[in-house]
Amino acid sequence: MNRLMKSKNDSGKEEGASASVVNRRLFLRSAGLATSLGTIVIAAACNDDDPDPMIPGTGDSVDLGSGDVGVLNYAYALEQLEAAFYTQVIATPFAGITDAEKTILTDIRDHEIIHRDFFKKALGDKAIKDLTPNFATIDFTKRDSVLGAAKLFEDTGVAAYNGAGRLLKDAGNLLLAGKIVSVEARHAAVIRDLLKPKSADFAGDDIINENGFDKAVAPADILAAVKGYVKDTITGANVGK
Amino acid sequence: MDIFKIIDDFQKIDGDAAGRLEFATRRHFMNRIGSKLATVAVPTVFASIVNKAYAQSAKAVDVLNFALTLEYLEDEFYKAGNAAANLIPASDKTIFTQIGKHESQHVAFLVKALGDKAIKKPTFDFQYGGAFGDVFTNYKTFVTVSSALEDTGVRAYKGQAGELLADPQILEYALQVHSVEARHAAMTRRLAATVTSNPAIKGWITGKEGAVPAIYAGEDNMTQGGVDLKGLASKSDAAITEAFDEPLNKTAVLAIAGPFIKA
Repeated sequence: MNRLMKSKNDSGKEEGASASVVNRRLFLRSAGLATSLGTIVIAAACNDDDPDPMIPGTGDSVDLGSGDVGVLNYAYALEQLEAAFYTQVIATPFAGITDAEKTILTDIRDHEIIHRDFFKKALGDKAIKDLTPNFATIDFTKRDSVLGAAKLFEDTGVAAYNGAGRLLKDAGNLLLAGKIVSVEARHAAVIRDLLKPKSADFAGDDIINENGFDKAVAPADILAAVKGYVKDTITGANVGK
Repeated sequence: MDIFKIIDDFQKIDGDAAGRLEFATRRHFMNRIGSKLATVAVPTVFASIVNKAYAQSAKAVDVLNFALTLEYLEDEFYKAGNAAANLIPASDKTIFTQIGKHESQHVAFLVKALGDKAIKKPTFDFQYGGAFGDVFTNYKTFVTVSSALEDTGVRAYKGQAGELLADPQILEYALQVHSVEARHAAMTRRLAATVTSNPAIKGWITGKEGAVPAIYAGEDNMTQGGVDLKGLASKSDAAITEAFDEPLNKTAVLAIAGPFIKA
């Protein structure tokens, strides 16, 4: 360890001297894969579909707000949906659910409820209202439907947190988001492994790009992708601004 | 003062300076010049741009090289494990091939991004000074070390996020790698639960539970955002600690990774 730290310090000095750096153009080029989870999510949602994804006007209009508060409310909105989803999953288990599956899904339910209630508490009077979910397209009696939706929610959650990190200004808030997103990624991997055990799907090529990167998706695209699952109309135009 | 001469000179030192300047503030800079802001102000404005470009970059280089050290470690580990005969059972080959692929991709990306600032690949001792002597002959040890590396990787990236606040694009890349490491961690932890016959190890981290307990210090934290979450939503302490992963700073990560690194 000492050796490593020493060598790192030494190389750090060299860097200071010649001063050059990360090649941003390279980065940008590699990033050109600004992939859109949005598309995938929407496509998947359409598969499940869904005679009537969303009847406008059956819920309220909800503005997430601006700045870091907007980002936290955005996370709070997604956690509300996840918590409601898993609450239903455990209340009405799908046919043939195993004990192991029930344990996993109960754990995840509890994590999402904790995330939701944590954000509500942290946001205080800045918190958005309780949202009204719309899970009409999910058949809670069928394993494939439930786990398919779970996969979608978890992958979407990961992409949403990854895309929101850069919008945060406060390091404490960024760390909090980081503490939660890796738990969502753990959920995603486990759900994916339930669907295709021992395959590469836990971090599958459908979601991880050729740089070995997970997705990062901006709030507008995430909100568009999940709007079929919530009756309220959520607007996040000022999130992070 | 000849601004373009200066940018030229600057380019000789830092090949990508213009690109970064443009990315960061060039438009703003030029607008201000165009708006006939007093010429006197120009040197100050320019100096602040230069400082900003350098300051951000130096910090980012440091973080990325730290990340590269860990990715080299993981990459070499899986290369050796995947190549070892009679180590990984056929049923789990796909999993470790996929993980190894990602670690190689992370190394390739970081090396490319850092260019001539990239650190050299260290020499590793995966037996950890003898503690994991059979790491490439005993699957139980291999999975144990794998899960420890992945969870440490998650903690390491998380601990660096705040250092990248001023570099939003690099921050985003780091987050994109961070969640992949977390996917790996969940998978390898579940394998570890099986090979060590310890069902208390789940895909998520309950308290400080894991195959190598020493690396989970602080994972049992119950306070988030300054609020003690005990009893939140009537959930158990176990569930509350599972719901949040905890960071490690660079010193703590290097203390864990150090014995793997010979030189």
